[in-house]
Amino acid sequence: MGKTLYQKVWDAHSVGTLEDGRTQLFIGTHLIHEVTSPQAFGMIRDLGLKVKYPHRTFATVDHIVPTIDQDAPADPLAAEMMEALRKNADDFGVTYFDLASGKQGIVHVVGPEQGITQPGTTIACGDSHTATHGAFGAIAFGIGTTQVRDVLATQTMAMEKLKVRRIEVNGSLRPGVYAKDVTLHIIRMLGAKGGIGYAYEYAGTTFENFSMEERMTVCNMAIEGGARCGYVNPDNKTFEFLRGRPHAPGEEDWNDAVARWESFASDPDAEYDDVVIINAADIEPTVTWGISPDQGIGIGESIPDPANATSEAERSSFQEALDYMQLPGGTPIKGVKIDVAFIGSCTNGRLSDFREAARYLQGHKVAPGVKAIAVPGSQITATQCEQEGLDKIFEEAGFEWRAAGCSMCLAMNPDKLVGDQLCASSSNRNFKGRQGSAVGRTVLMSPVMVCAAAVSGEITDAREVFQVDPGTAAA
Amino acid sequence: MALAQIKDVSGTGIHLPGDDIDTDRIIPARYLKCVTFDDLAGTHFYDVRFDPDGNPTGHPLDEPRFAGASIMLSGSNFGCGSSREHAPQAIYRSGFRAIIAESFAEIFFGNSTTLGMPCVSASREDIESLAAAIEEDPGTGIRIDLESMTVSYGDRNFAITMPDSARQALTAGRWDPIQELLDNEKEITSVGDGLAYV
Ligand code: SF4
Repeated sequence: MGKTLYQKVWDAHSVGTLEDGRTQLFIGTHLIHEVTSPQAFGMIRDLGLKVKYPHRTFATVDHIVPTIDQDAPADPLAAEMMEALRKNADDFGVTYFDLASGKQGIVHVVGPEQGITQPGTTIACGDSHTATHGAFGAIAFGIGTTQVRDVLATQTMAMEKLKVRRIEVNGSLRPGVYAKDVTLHIIRMLGAKGGIGYAYEYAGTTFENFSMEERMTVCNMAIEGGARCGYVNPDNKTFEFLRGRPHAPGEEDWNDAVARWESFASDPDAEYDDVVIINAADIEPTVTWGISPDQGIGIGESIPDPANATSEAERSSFQEALDYMQLPGGTPIKGVKIDVAFIGSCTNGRLSDFREAARYLQGHKVAPGVKAIAVPGSQITATQCEQEGLDKIFEEAGFEWRAAGCSMCLAMNPDKLVGDQLCASSSNRNFKGRQGSAVGRTVLMSPVMVCAAAVSGEITDAREVFQVDPGTAAA
Repeated sequence: MALAQIKDVSGTGIHLPGDDIDTDRIIPARYLKCVTFDDLAGTHFYDVRFDPDGNPTGHPLDEPRFAGASIMLSGSNFGCGSSREHAPQAIYRSGFRAIIAESFAEIFFGNSTTLGMPCVSASREDIESLAAAIEEDPGTGIRIDLESMTVSYGDRNFAITMPDSARQALTAGRWDPIQELLDNEKEITSVGDGLAYV
């Protein structure tokens, strides 16, 4: 019987079994940021411990960085947290991609960009979207701060082994349908808690054909589906993406590295705890209508009517979501007015996202009254976009072009919704209050759909706004 | 470091109904701006307890009849969303010592265990019966027993579940694993040395 990538990586990194039965797992790469690490450094200082492998720990600032005047936060608490990371990195000898380095950005954009994220490795970060790195065939876990302490001090953590569900998507996506729609579709299908206890292996021809950036978009949201991590088996695309990046193996070690990486891919006869198969052609541009990422519908569908719920629990959760979103059940989602449009985040803040969005946005104008902001995922992404003139396209259309960071994805910096504004967002969470206002509303969608909403002033089908032929379903 | 053996938790309860209660709801992101967890008491569920102008909404967490509750009851997928340990820290530092829910998001569950705050799962019916008893008499004494894996109150009781590793860790006083992890120094180095990329 063959093994899954998950099993192989687990075995290679297993230090032993702890008394409570959990595995002590070696974490090859530890990524840290300013929000969840200072408390952990405080703990290791209190215990008189050191960072065990400083050269395997990498830091950046993303969550609270302003996107206007990045290095001058007006908020003294933000300044204190940025300073704490600087001091911790210096004191413990950790590599820090700070604002001045030109390499700062959202931690899940920076890792792959620097070639730190590699196949067959274990990665941990005090951030749930660490699942993103699984796109490279790494097993990447979001962890809490006490576990950040454990990894800093021992390069290991206590972990319970997961089951593996293979989610196979086959065929071509129809024009105007993106990786974001695939991930929203999967979450809608399997539910926000469907993945509890699982690692998700994403496979099938759709994933084979996806770029690394598209794979990252899907793996990023494994956590919204309840899975602790998600991954795609590494292939030539993975290797070519990494080639030449600063922290990737050099040419002299390249062939050995590729051979090692390939050996971690799931065996063809690997056994899975569960298998789900999806036809790519069935996936529509998908948007959320509620307050949980699994409350999604195709753009042509109506918002669910609580009267049609199948149980009392479902009815009350629909009603709670509709009350919060101020949306009427049973009516089309198309036509719902928006106030804000946001393109960015670790889900959709990469070069290809801005390229694709700009391709359609060119020649259009943001509707009057809509505030639209575009926030690159990293300083390097920003520079690449600017070299291609994408920033100008966004600005001419009426978007604000900002500096890199998490920004309005969680609004720990000044980029926040005001009151009950409704935001068309390319980010990953539509929880109550997620975007900085306790009554602010979020509708998740792909970057191109955000552009369509921005220019129309309402949630709409990008294929109609931008005259994309939806095509016929391909097998 | 000798840790307390957590074999049971007793106290009064409060019911916060709903599924998929996420970490942004448990603690809004603006309260994550801190370099220690020391000042998180009272930030729990802030934006549902107070309106945008800072006026209390009359949330159960602020009702005098539930004051002093140390056991929280909720629905399924409790604590989903971000990895922020601020969420269980805020709940713990606001006086809670255990959570009973239908199910928990994994990162939240692990973070809570490491704090010594058991998260146990029960059926929706059992949770609702207990919630009804609390509604009738907020002073109802509740006891979570991690050895027999039952919750008892009044003359009633029901079964609870929890992964055995977490149960063992709590009852044996090993819920914070740091010492055990550190003790395996030699094995750690040997695994690290065997990994080509480390
Ligand atoms: S972009 Fe959003 S989801 Fe991603 S790391 Fe930043 S805050 Fe978290």
